[in-house]
Amino acid sequence: MSPLPTFSSMAPEAGLMQALALGRPDIIEEVKLSGLKGRGGAGFPTGMKWNFAAAAQAEVKFVICNADEGEPGTFKDRVILQDHADLVFEGMTIAGKAIGAREGIVFLRGEYTYLRPHLEAVLAQRRKKKLLGKEILGGDLEFDIRIFMGAGAYICGEETALIEALEGFRGEPRNRPPFPVNTGFLGRPSVVNNVETLASAACILQKGADWWKATGTEHSTGLKIFSVSGDCGKPGVYEFPMGITVAQLLKEVAGEGAKAVQVGGASGLCIPASQFRRAIAFEDIPTGGSIIVFGQHRDMLDVLHNFLEFFVDESCGQCTPCRLGNRKLLEGVELLKEGKCSMAYLQELCALGDTMQIASKCGLGQSSPSAFLSVVKNFREELMGRTYSHV
Amino acid sequence: MSPAPTLETGSRAPKSQQSLSIPRSNSEEAIGGTVTASINGQPVKVPLGTTILAAAQQVGIRIPTLCHHPDLCVAGVCRVCVVEVEGQRTLQAACAFPITSPIKVLTHTQKVRQTRRHVIDLLLSEHYGECYACGRNNNCELQGLAKEYGVDFFRFGHPDKPKFEIDRSSYSVIRDNNKCVLCRRCVRTCIDLQEVGTIEVVGRSDQSYITTFKDKPLGEVVCINCGQCINRCPTGALRANDPTDEVWAAIDDPNKHVVIQTAPSPRAAIGECFGLAPGSPLTFELNTALRMCGFDRIFDTNFTADLTIIEEGTELILRLHKALVGKDPNIALPQFTSCSPGWVKYLEHFYARYIPNLSSAKSPQQMFGAVIKTYYAQKHGVDPKDIVTVALMPCSAKKFECNRSEMDDSGFKDVDYGLTTRELAKMISEAGLELPKLPKSDFDAPFGTATGSGVIFGATGGVMEAALRTVIELVTGLKVEDLFEKANIIPVRGFEGVKYVELPITQVGPVPDILKHLVPDWEWLKGVTLKVAVAHGTANAKKVMEDIKAGGKFSECHFIEFMGCPGGCIGGGGQPIPTSPKIRTARAKAIYVEDAAYEVRKSHENPDVLTIYKEFLTDGPCGRRSHELLHTHYTPRGKYIE
Amino acid sequence: MLMTDRERLAREIKGLAEKHGHSRTSLIPIVQEIKHKYRKIDDFAMQVIADQLGLHPVEVYSVVSFYAFLGSEAHGKFIIRLCRTISCDMQGKERVMRQMENDLGIRFGETTADGKFSLEWANCMGMCDQGPAMLVNERIYTHVTPEKVHEILEECRRSFGVHATEQKEVYLV
Repeated sequence: MSPLPTFSSMAPEAGLMQALALGRPDIIEEVKLSGLKGRGGAGFPTGMKWNFAAAAQAEVKFVICNADEGEPGTFKDRVILQDHADLVFEGMTIAGKAIGAREGIVFLRGEYTYLRPHLEAVLAQRRKKKLLGKEILGGDLEFDIRIFMGAGAYICGEETALIEALEGFRGEPRNRPPFPVNTGFLGRPSVVNNVETLASAACILQKGADWWKATGTEHSTGLKIFSVSGDCGKPGVYEFPMGITVAQLLKEVAGEGAKAVQVGGASGLCIPASQFRRAIAFEDIPTGGSIIVFGQHRDMLDVLHNFLEFFVDESCGQCTPCRLGNRKLLEGVELLKEGKCSMAYLQELCALGDTMQIASKCGLGQSSPSAFLSVVKNFREELMGRTYSHV
Repeated sequence: MSPAPTLETGSRAPKSQQSLSIPRSNSEEAIGGTVTASINGQPVKVPLGTTILAAAQQVGIRIPTLCHHPDLCVAGVCRVCVVEVEGQRTLQAACAFPITSPIKVLTHTQKVRQTRRHVIDLLLSEHYGECYACGRNNNCELQGLAKEYGVDFFRFGHPDKPKFEIDRSSYSVIRDNNKCVLCRRCVRTCIDLQEVGTIEVVGRSDQSYITTFKDKPLGEVVCINCGQCINRCPTGALRANDPTDEVWAAIDDPNKHVVIQTAPSPRAAIGECFGLAPGSPLTFELNTALRMCGFDRIFDTNFTADLTIIEEGTELILRLHKALVGKDPNIALPQFTSCSPGWVKYLEHFYARYIPNLSSAKSPQQMFGAVIKTYYAQKHGVDPKDIVTVALMPCSAKKFECNRSEMDDSGFKDVDYGLTTRELAKMISEAGLELPKLPKSDFDAPFGTATGSGVIFGATGGVMEAALRTVIELVTGLKVEDLFEKANIIPVRGFEGVKYVELPITQVGPVPDILKHLVPDWEWLKGVTLKVAVAHGTANAKKVMEDIKAGGKFSECHFIEFMGCPGGCIGGGGQPIPTSPKIRTARAKAIYVEDAAYEVRKSHENPDVLTIYKEFLTDGPCGRRSHELLHTHYTPRGKYIE
Repeated sequence: MLMTDRERLAREIKGLAEKHGHSRTSLIPIVQEIKHKYRKIDDFAMQVIADQLGLHPVEVYSVVSFYAFLGSEAHGKFIIRLCRTISCDMQGKERVMRQMENDLGIRFGETTADGKFSLEWANCMGMCDQGPAMLVNERIYTHVTPEKVHEILEECRRSFGVHATEQKEVYLV
């Protein structure tokens, strides 16, 4: 039984049929009207992205499904791909129609290799039913999808690094602008969307923008799939409306009494109990879906250490602030754990964190200091002058 | 499912290291293909897609950079050149951000200054070594930035021990990753600019470093020693293999007769090491300095440059004769020049099949070594085993060349040391001399006649021009000045990557004495259109070679000049740092100005050359004696690395 | 590597290049297939791949060394990847790690002397609600406990034959 009621309730291919009936601009209009924003974490308005790609003049374009879910604490795309692969592929096909692409690529992370046979089987089924390939559903749309396996790099979740990997390069993000919608895979206009975004788009085409807008908030419409883990009674995948508060979420997952909640994974914010009334939405605390609950007994410096170790390992290494800055932050956390960090140096590290947030070349370096800065701000009493060594 | 689509873009560099095609802007202000942005409040009108950095340079606003280089594709990795763009939360790299709308840019706000300072502090926290014990002291971009940003303490620490072992396996290039700032200029140079592909970034995150295939020693992988990476490295991470200690030891040894030959390109550029603007030749001041340093004899490489023209020109004529008169189908044409050791090694690795096309003539440097330890030694009663030959070259590959095992035709190592422009500048300052202020003096006999034809070897197209000046006069009997104003063969000059020139031979003259024993007349060349080409930089060499492989227009050429370095020797791996298109243009201009000022401007009119054929190489050009001393053979190396 | 082995490998790589295309976009898929079959990409393989795709060998090395699944030294028949990210960490990956090292006699980052098992760390593999999570080649194991480690390893060993059991003399060096 899928834990995702809305996706489960969708009539198969109804969205695609609706999209084929509408023209290209109308599909995009519907998605724009719905206010759907990217579900991978960045939250870029999907309709706008599709519009740019549609406007780009080119013979060859690509729809790329970003299934490189790597943010710590995120596993909702895995469940969506396991249980609703058809919906995702439907979304890709709709996108293909909307922007004028004939080829779709699913960038599936290497850790999910065990999902590949299932996905290939679904694709084969769709081809048999004329939902992929030439003359889809008897019309003139041509679209097919292939799967590309990732090779173990979190940074490939960043759209331009993903495209670099597709092209056979190191997964190093590109200079932007230009953006993938104009210059993407092989220099062609490409739309890169998260798994959940594509599935949501298929739902929107089926049920309409107004239905989507009925849930969520003004700037974060619709529902969101969350993956909850950590110190809570009911970890797992959940469907909640955007705008739910941290407190409400904790109630749903039997995580009340938590010390802190990490919203948005290692690149997100560490929310202390005093702020649990805040809303999870792009207006307040944005997330790609990752929710990690920390019980009262958790040492926030240990948590921070784990996050920074992650970033030090996963940074691509091309730009100075991220490559060297993350290491400095990690070393700072180790100093703090040993109780050897001076206040002055801690302030230097916070200033470094500020710099990394605005000067790094891509989102990884721009968001890796968030955990550091929010723990330092919200859990200051736990940091200074510790008397035990626990490196 | 159809197979994956193919990559079409021209550049080999990953897209993360480039600024790609810029879309048309929809903004009303961006009409007519231009847009007016504002930098620090100053308006600047630029074509759509111009980077902020280029726009700032237009109005004289300086934005500091580190990974950016005028010769290379954009990287945008160091984050030194970041600026604030109104409306953007994050700072943007000025070198990579294309202006497509009327943006407002601020180049030195608090955020920008803090970022730049942090970047420098972070780089210093990994940069092992002290400035005073480094060859790039006072000419290092990291040092320059640290000074500019007032760094006076190590905010994030400083390493007290090295992390990497220094790779000294190559005769030419030494790699020291402890000083690397990962700007990737060397990678972009080797893969994108030169298309040799020796080094790349390996690993990930702060474990990434720049290295060769499977970290093998540089001397064991495919490296052509062109040293272009050294010229573009902002710090001391890459440097040339420096023999100045040994050269001083030879000079200081009273039993050694130290002879130095100087090439035109170092002479055109060495002034840059003493604060002069690029393009101020110090040829004759240098002679004085060298004497004062203690060199026993100073010769002009132009002598053997002219000798090379005679030998190689004769070789070409013989090949043409066999092909056109003898109708031999196996004659290797086009003939390729062989004076650039970087180019020679490139061909030996990547196009070994075409070794027969290489001229068997040695480079001027190596010819000189052989001549000095035989002809000169005899003529002046010096025992060749006491002679130490030093070559002042703009080239790092010459260090490899003089160590090639076949370069000992004199019975000794023909050239003992290849010394670069930078290394000699160091020796001159060690001697306390202010080079630009010294009086001028001449070269030593018997190889002291400075000629224009030898001088122009330094610029791309120069070897071709010198060869054509001689071939035209010897074959047609006309004066070159009759066909090209002032004997300046402009079509082969300039920095275009590949040049192609056709010269119809409509009339012929008598065969000159020096060649009379080889060909009876020139009738067989009458009506022939001589097709020649010039390529500089191995990326352009590759284009020509691929065309030849495919049977294209270059396969029908007769003679092609190849230079391993962009710009020719004036852009060589041993030249003063930094390099840029502007600097190379200035150096090339100096060379052509020098050429125009000389009396003797054609190789076959060099009196010293005529003398050596009379006295020593008595069986003439390409004769037995010449072949023994002045010609060489090559080694097919392939590109497979063990 | 024997000459005939080299010829076979070269032919295989050429075949892969035919299948995926002789361009850079095929680099990662080809390397993945070679790594899957041979457990490592050696110097010779990289140069053949470079040749087939029109790249320099160092470019292949550069890409392979970037990705955790391609560039690692791990070459065991079973590559075990244990997740070390926060949720699995909070659910006890440390004890699983120690038990792994005890049972195999190697540390993380190493391969057993008989070439059967390699131990590697991995970062979040998307099983955060069921941790500690572990990949053995492509197969995922969840809710791993120190007790279960032994059975998982035995299952792997059984694929080598009924009598391939754990070495009795295993010490943590």
